[in-house]
Amino acid sequence: MAAVVAVFLFIGVIAYCLLGGADFGAGFWDLTAGGAARGRRRRHLVDTSLGPVWEANHTWLIYCLVILWSGFPRAFAAITTTLYLPLGLAALGIVLRGAGFAFRKAAFRTPEQRVYGLAFALSSVLTPFCFGAIAGGIASGRVPTGGAGDPVTAWLNPTSALGGVLAVAVCAYLAAAYLRVEAHRRRAPDLERHFRTMALLAGLGTGAISIAGIFVLRYDAPHLWHQLSHRAVPLVVVAALCGAASVALAATGRITGLRLLAGAAVAVIVLGWGVAQYPYLLGTHLTVDEAAAPAPTLKVLVGVAVTAGVLILPSLVLLFRLAGRGRLGMSYDDVSH
Amino acid sequence: MGKTGQGLATLAHHLAATGEPHQLLPARQQMAFTLGFHIVLVPFGVALTTLMLIANYRGLRRGDDDALLLAQRWSKVAAVLFAVGAISGTVLSFELGILWPGLMGRYGAAFGFPFAIEGLFFFLEAIFVSLYIYGWNRMSPWAHFLTGVPVPLASLGGTAAVIAANSWMNRPEGVTVRDGQVVAVRPVDVFFNGAFWYEMLHMFLAAYIVAGFAVAGVYAVGLLRGRDTRYHRLGFHIGFVCAAVLVPAQFIVGDTIARYVFQAEPAKFAAIELLPTTGRHVPETLGGILLDGRVRYGLRIPEVASVLAGFRPSTEIKGLEAVPPQARPSDAAVSTVHLAFDIMVGLSCVLLALGMWFAWLRWRRRPLARQRWFLRCCALSGPAALACLWSGWVVTEVGRQPWTVVGLLFTKDAVTRQGDIWPFFGAVVVIYAAVGTGALVVLHAMKRRWQAEGDTAVDVPYGPGTHAGHAERGRGTES
Repeated sequence: MAAVVAVFLFIGVIAYCLLGGADFGAGFWDLTAGGAARGRRRRHLVDTSLGPVWEANHTWLIYCLVILWSGFPRAFAAITTTLYLPLGLAALGIVLRGAGFAFRKAAFRTPEQRVYGLAFALSSVLTPFCFGAIAGGIASGRVPTGGAGDPVTAWLNPTSALGGVLAVAVCAYLAAAYLRVEAHRRRAPDLERHFRTMALLAGLGTGAISIAGIFVLRYDAPHLWHQLSHRAVPLVVVAALCGAASVALAATGRITGLRLLAGAAVAVIVLGWGVAQYPYLLGTHLTVDEAAAPAPTLKVLVGVAVTAGVLILPSLVLLFRLAGRGRLGMSYDDVSH
Repeated sequence: MGKTGQGLATLAHHLAATGEPHQLLPARQQMAFTLGFHIVLVPFGVALTTLMLIANYRGLRRGDDDALLLAQRWSKVAAVLFAVGAISGTVLSFELGILWPGLMGRYGAAFGFPFAIEGLFFFLEAIFVSLYIYGWNRMSPWAHFLTGVPVPLASLGGTAAVIAANSWMNRPEGVTVRDGQVVAVRPVDVFFNGAFWYEMLHMFLAAYIVAGFAVAGVYAVGLLRGRDTRYHRLGFHIGFVCAAVLVPAQFIVGDTIARYVFQAEPAKFAAIELLPTTGRHVPETLGGILLDGRVRYGLRIPEVASVLAGFRPSTEIKGLEAVPPQARPSDAAVSTVHLAFDIMVGLSCVLLALGMWFAWLRWRRRPLARQRWFLRCCALSGPAALACLWSGWVVTEVGRQPWTVVGLLFTKDAVTRQGDIWPFFGAVVVIYAAVGTGALVVLHAMKRRWQAEGDTAVDVPYGPGTHAGHAERGRGTES
């Protein structure tokens, strides 16, 4: 039962990486979109693409937190007492980001929009870095079972640095791929060109960081490295192939399958991390079974996750389809203003 | 046990003497601050969206354009507040871990899962809020109305789940604890613990009362400023009637809860009644504080507390002395609980009187716009109802101290022992102040533009962009 809950937890992590991650990445492109005049249409594309879905995407984080603290309370307490600094920063970043995004859309004057927009964009980079660093700290075994590990080195270490930078890069890459397709759908060729270049750059950058990461892990997290290069190696290969294929698609200017391949690359590599780490929840000292809550709680969580699948997936599909068909979203006229 | 800090050596020394970690004070303040912020948004998620649907239904059923306009505007206000609530709720879930690892690590298995259920409802709410806001004029009117129906229902479900977790801390049932570890959980007993229905019903009514009076207040101000239109009167009536009808019901529920607390949580009841010693013929003390274990100031009405608790003057009420010394709340906590209770009941009486005033005006068929003193009072009714909500929450939370989970976990054992909380708290206060101000500025700007330019010109967080909005942005860029 504990393993089932761990799988549900990991589904949440992957969903948050793919959906929430793309939202963070959109903030990255917002930050680098240029001045108010030049970046206006790029930012507007970000606004209109994220608008209908960002809250739903963000909810995956809540899902992961509640599954973690109900299903694996010891691990949760160990993580929060050790990694309180990056967690606190991420929490503040989420506030700034959400408020900045929501208010920018509702603000009318350019200076106000600029302040809100900057808050949105900067925190969109800070927050995924913190999450990546947290993942690095957990994966490299720096969170002791009893908690209260070193508050600094637990998230400022080679694996965490890799995790943080990789998280920012992956988010930017996903977002560029998604935005490129959005721009195409809205028939805005200049935006399409822009995000095509950006997707290419981000894809290559992410690839380079991943290759550098091999050496970092080998030196800093040998157990994780060992598992990644043995048990999880098929997944790593698939992820690399998907990543390379999506970069090739971006380079040749094709649309079909771009989002799918980019998403698959990220999902599979996160899955690879999960497979490499199993059966451990923390480093190599706390297993999923040891950390698990009593069985009735786990059953409730499985029930909640299944209900979520039955209730939420259809409504989510409805939302994305309505947004995707332009029933909720924008037309070309709106973007071209 | 307290770490002797450098700058705060004296304070730390004092706290070490009382066995409290130095993180306790800032952690409690931060939790109170962020919860106090978040709880304001709950009535709007639960109740404003209901008012919105009432207006929407009326608009469609009777072809009432004023009602449809109200529904549309309320949906946009709800969207802004929902966005704020979503992020402040996220911070709370982080804080549960960062500030209270002793609670989550030990009892997460027991009372964590209601939050998972809450997440489920929140998910649904987020999706349908988007659908409803984006769906204006984009779907058939009744299909659009139906996309709104899940919003208050999901919000209510989410509120129920959070209250299940909170009430469990007052009545921790459904768990077996051995050596400080939860070894068995009975989820149904955890969720529907003895305090659940009381707290749930109380909060549910409070949400409608706060949102109703807040909405009525907005249109009361409009009427006072001479905007005596059908639109304003309708907005006022939908909000006011909803709130005023529920105030008497809240009195009945609140009175029932007080007797339940008297039975089930005697320490909290002693604090509410400001009662140091056990006794019969206990007077009701209005105002007043506890200083060095003695009641100071305040107005005493003989016998009333005993009569209210047990319908007889001879009813015995347990005083604070009946609480074991290590679990006894401080004088300051007792005074806070008592005064908060007085504020809650006092302001509720004022709101009840306001509702009766309204009934009298209706009966005499007085035109609303000329009743300036009545409208002025209505303008303040929203803040007053909010003050009631806050006070009630202080009564139940501070009234539980020094316990986090009654009988199982002291707050000082729940709090983190890591790091310095003050800077985190400081950052939270600054950012929340900015977010709160931003939300108010945005709502105010929306109102001004509705008045000046009509509804299609206004962008909202979940809403589609508009041509007029972009034109305005263009002008802003050039200036």
